[in-house]
Amino acid sequence: MSRVLDRRQVLRGASLAGGGLALSAYMPAWAQPVSAGIAKPLPTVSGEDITLKVAHQMMMIDGRQSHAIGINGTVPAPLIRLREGQNVRLHVVNELDEETSIHWHGLLLPFQMDGVPGIAFPGIPARSTFTYEFPIIQSGTYWYHSHSGLQEQEGHYGPILIDPKNPDPVQFDREHVIVLSDHSFHHPHYLFDRLKKESGYFNRQRQTLAGLLAGKDQSLKERLEWGKMRMDPADVADVTGSVYTYLVNGYGPKDNWTALFRPGERVRLRFINASSMTTFNVRIPGLPMTIVAADGLNVRPVEIDEFQFGPAETYDAIVTPPDLRAYTLVGESVDRSGMARATLAPREGMAAEVPPLRKRPLATMKDMGMGGMDHGTMDHGAMNHGAMGGAAGSMSGMDHAAMGHGAGTGAMPGMDHSQMNHGAAGTAAGGMAGMDHGQAQGGAMAGMDHGSGTMPAMNGDQMGGMDMGGMSHSMRDFSNAPEVKKGPGVQTISPMPVDRTGDPGQGLENVGHRVLTYRDLMALDRNPDTRAPEREIKLHLTGNMERYMWGFDGEKLSENPDPITLLHGERVRVTLINDTMMGHPIHIHGHFFDLVTGKGAYAPRKHTVLVQPGGTVSWDVTGEEGDWAFHCHMLYHMHAGMMRVVQVRKAGEATA
Amino acid sequence: MIRALLLAGMAPLALATPALAQTMDHSMHNMPGMTMPAKPAAKPKAKAAAKSATKRKAPVRRTAPRRAQPAKTQAADPHAGHDMSGMQRMDMSGQQQAAPTQNPHAGHDMSAMPGMAASTDAGQDPHAGHDMSTMPGMTMPGDQPAAKVGTDLPPGNKPAPAPAGDHLADRFWGADAMASSRENDLRREHGGMTVYQILFNLAEYQARKGGDGYRWDGEAWIGGDINRFTLKSEGEGTFGKPLEQAEVQALYSRALDPYWNLQAGVRYDFKPNPSRTYATVGIEGLAPGWFEVEGALFLSDKGDVLGRAEGYYDQRITNWFVLQPRVEANFSAQDVPETGTGSGLTDLEAGLRLRYEGRREFAPYIGVSWERQFGDTARFTRARGDKTGGFSFVAGVRTWF
Repeated sequence: MSRVLDRRQVLRGASLAGGGLALSAYMPAWAQPVSAGIAKPLPTVSGEDITLKVAHQMMMIDGRQSHAIGINGTVPAPLIRLREGQNVRLHVVNELDEETSIHWHGLLLPFQMDGVPGIAFPGIPARSTFTYEFPIIQSGTYWYHSHSGLQEQEGHYGPILIDPKNPDPVQFDREHVIVLSDHSFHHPHYLFDRLKKESGYFNRQRQTLAGLLAGKDQSLKERLEWGKMRMDPADVADVTGSVYTYLVNGYGPKDNWTALFRPGERVRLRFINASSMTTFNVRIPGLPMTIVAADGLNVRPVEIDEFQFGPAETYDAIVTPPDLRAYTLVGESVDRSGMARATLAPREGMAAEVPPLRKRPLATMKDMGMGGMDHGTMDHGAMNHGAMGGAAGSMSGMDHAAMGHGAGTGAMPGMDHSQMNHGAAGTAAGGMAGMDHGQAQGGAMAGMDHGSGTMPAMNGDQMGGMDMGGMSHSMRDFSNAPEVKKGPGVQTISPMPVDRTGDPGQGLENVGHRVLTYRDLMALDRNPDTRAPEREIKLHLTGNMERYMWGFDGEKLSENPDPITLLHGERVRVTLINDTMMGHPIHIHGHFFDLVTGKGAYAPRKHTVLVQPGGTVSWDVTGEEGDWAFHCHMLYHMHAGMMRVVQVRKAGEATA
Repeated sequence: MIRALLLAGMAPLALATPALAQTMDHSMHNMPGMTMPAKPAAKPKAKAAAKSATKRKAPVRRTAPRRAQPAKTQAADPHAGHDMSGMQRMDMSGQQQAAPTQNPHAGHDMSAMPGMAASTDAGQDPHAGHDMSTMPGMTMPGDQPAAKVGTDLPPGNKPAPAPAGDHLADRFWGADAMASSRENDLRREHGGMTVYQILFNLAEYQARKGGDGYRWDGEAWIGGDINRFTLKSEGEGTFGKPLEQAEVQALYSRALDPYWNLQAGVRYDFKPNPSRTYATVGIEGLAPGWFEVEGALFLSDKGDVLGRAEGYYDQRITNWFVLQPRVEANFSAQDVPETGTGSGLTDLEAGLRLRYEGRREFAPYIGVSWERQFGDTARFTRARGDKTGGFSFVAGVRTWF
């Protein structure tokens, strides 16, 4: 498999590449090649009758043996290639000594075939076979994985590709499936156990005294302020490159999996984030990508240079490499602790320069749910939320959703303290301008009573003098989230969360090139259901990093919370409010939802959405009968309790 | 014509009062000098235009901000031709889709108003973001609810259906199989697991004048996130002599909030002699500023009351070296001559330990420790001919598993 480097070929490749580098000396230690590149396509299964054998196996990563749970002897599991309109029977043979399951991520199917033990079916017992059977009624890029225990982390995941019945609106000459994942040489229960005992265990990029003395990261003042709140701004990823090797199609960065192309070809890359805990920043330096599908469904083409995606999201991108040279495909972990790396090249054995890891981001006030207070020119550190709360008669009644405007600039939109002098604030501090209650949206803002003249003191001077005194208090004000059950599982409540679908993702704000945001996405086809939602469901994503507890509305699934109820065919709006400082990829089984990003009847439709730290996301969804899983797709967040059952019943049966 | 007027109105605004424009909220309240056309007459036409527009092939849209372009094509669009390109810091991101003009506002090319967020999201009302109705000198058509569609529509307030008590999967796979799966695969695997930890913060050799000794301070717990059974133990001694102090506590621990646990149970002192049993209540947790803090009260079987406060802070020098200052103080409400305890502050221990966390579970350390007894406690000790404190150099391992 791993070929001996053909030196002549490499030299030829290097000279042809014109700057592309094939020599290992130019690469960081972790990217030193152990092979000249592996242009091995994924093993593929197709047809109406498919057998998948789940078993323990060994796999080779960067020249090192690792235990894994694979399917049909491979990790990732084989590519299942189907055609829209066909029926499929999938015989899953469990050769493990424990229960397993397969969930078909993103597929629309009868709920009892959805593959979640305890919700859809009882699981597939050890040493037994289970047959899934359902019609294929969609097309696009999807994936499948175990929903039992932590098997997904051990390699139990694979891609699904469904060819459309009608001609594909996306034209391409060649395609590659790119399955990104995170692999550990440790057992996943070990990883989870460490997180439970010491949540910062895997973070080797925390702020330090040496860093402070060297002038890195936060200032002493900021550190003290964050310390007072017991919040670690360096907590960007729970499990990091310190124990993960990031894989492309099962190969490590040194293996250098290679996707072939001919210059000038339109190459369709089907990216799947099949990782357990890793949000990836994906880019191909020197090669713009045109996003043509998100979560399997076509979107209007949008050209970007980089995108961030959370676990379980998928994007299809078209690239047209113009030159006879190699390009590096980089999947950098959101905390910059490591990267998945592959190469796009005209020929096996070529390589391009691997960019160094960029500086890891630190969480900001916006990530703490203070987005509504981020005034750009204002010194965040100097802002007293407590005092503001007092002055405004407590921010409690504030409609989060309505606060969401302008995540981009982060002004305090949607709030109008009518006595405020915008002009003055603007010149003085860039202060509270941009606050507008908008009489037009009185309904949404009804809960907010600012009276008149409550905020006259909000001028720049006073703002500057305020400190963070009241902050720690207001970071856990349950009147900001009446839905949330108060308890040890809720460390913080975002006081002023904003819609962050216009943000490029944590750490990608200033990378100097075009980064995809959810607001760039627009469905190619008109949404199938364009009715107004009949009601809104607000769900808070809550957690406690110290105890490593995660849940919705302050409750873990193990506490038997009520299911989220919908009627079959009912149209509802779900607003997710992230009360934590981490991004959460939220996934609903058996449904596509339409993101509320101002795209009307052409909303991008997804099955998983990454809710940025301290941010909100709204989507509309139409109930499909069944009991469905709804959860954070960070595997250990789900394992810690961040999951709910969505119960969708026909109208007459709802109260059975 | 209208556009020209608009521009004329806007230009001085943008030029003369950039500060105002910059901080202007997207509803554009208080925005003088802006005129918008009255309500459009040709609404059906707008729809037709929109329809044809959607049929056009979607161009590749670049995300970089584009120059303002005069709105073209949407002749029937009621808002067409509002070129607000002179406005600063305005980004009607939700509105600048080039092709799909289901959006009744398409054609307002506001793309050259960088920095002004009027995105159409969270308010659920796509128009809310740019309500210009109260702008002085500016007339706006009223809201156009008929034109809103799909995700632009606000939600109603229908009540949620009550949860059904049954489980649909029971009908397919049997109630028994599903009940067991719900317990084992679902509840227990999603937040219901039991975790344990055994941690020795101190386990060390103490080099000091008058005989080297040893010291330990550890804790073990098992349970869920809220309720835990906790064991604690600490003690010390001098090599070649009998154990000087040794105690063990068995506690029920309950999480009070995200950081603090209430702990109650019993403490048993093996040493000093005579041994004592205490009822214990205390708290343990993480104080603001990342201080690990512990405080407890003890009531002995003889009616004596003792107290203890302990705290440490882990200062990361780098991501591998951690400096831990630590303090422990013991108190007594009364003299207990049998155990050599005097009333008030009985003893204080302060230490500074530098550990290497190559592996966090097994971190060797070196440091210094200073101990001193006070008041009657010191007097009792001196009477026995023992030392009442001093410095030690320490070396040990902070370990947990």
